[in-house]
Amino acid sequence: MSIVLYRIDDRLIHGQVVVGWGQPLHVGFIVVVDDAVHASEWEQDLYRMGVPPHIEVVFASTAEAARRLPEWEADARTGILVAASIDALAALSSNSHRVTRVNVGGIHHQPGRSERLRYVYLSDAEAAKLRELAAQGVEVTAQDVPTARPVPLQEFA
Amino acid sequence: MSEPLRGVIVSHAAVAQALKAAVAAITGVEDALVPVSNEGCDSGALTARVTAAIAEQPAVLFVDLPGGSCLTSSIRLAKGKTNVAVVTGVNLAMLLDFVFHRDLPPLEAARRAAEAGSKAIRTPAA
Repeated sequence: MSIVLYRIDDRLIHGQVVVGWGQPLHVGFIVVVDDAVHASEWEQDLYRMGVPPHIEVVFASTAEAARRLPEWEADARTGILVAASIDALAALSSNSHRVTRVNVGGIHHQPGRSERLRYVYLSDAEAAKLRELAAQGVEVTAQDVPTARPVPLQEFA
Repeated sequence: MSEPLRGVIVSHAAVAQALKAAVAAITGVEDALVPVSNEGCDSGALTARVTAAIAEQPAVLFVDLPGGSCLTSSIRLAKGKTNVAVVTGVNLAMLLDFVFHRDLPPLEAARRAAEAGSKAIRTPAA
């Protein structure tokens, strides 16, 4: 197997990732790409609390993720890679040229963002970044849980 | 304790609201618990909701799952504070016990509630 889900979710590891996607995909490892969490042991322990012991959690900086992506893709287990921001996943995509699909799983309300879907709020600049990612050949859809319809980018950005 | 403890239930969807309503229906106690849902929140927004629910009172945070956004926000908020404690795996039994023991220090109340909640989980013969 390999990394089967590249997800943008500002909650990083939470129920939808571990249970919603993790159970049906039989996930063996989760890669969290986030510079701030990578720099904090305390934050890492906090995120590990929500993950059953049979699932390995790897915390990587954005730069490290681009270097280690081939290693994770060659892993025999099924993996999920999650980043909190569009910027982090866009950087990973352009630095690695290995990301072919991106799942927008949760970007919540902040000042300057407007509601695009119940679980996706974007500023105009963020919507443009997603369109740019798509223009580079990456399939971008929004889908919070596996049983939901994958929403094409054109419908929310 | 000058001020009785406040219980803040932090949950996915409407679990917290339903638990508060059930406690009120069983005990008649209406003012001990504050429900907080993580619906539509990133971790910053959820932390703000929980902060508002605590309202600077001594509190126990009752979280639904032992992981995920409800827990991470609650633990970030309780970090370094002696007047806020966290319990995970909230159930009705622990809340029913808690509302009658709000004069305890937060950590002691949290441990007592966790024990009451654990004792309620059984597999009785049908």
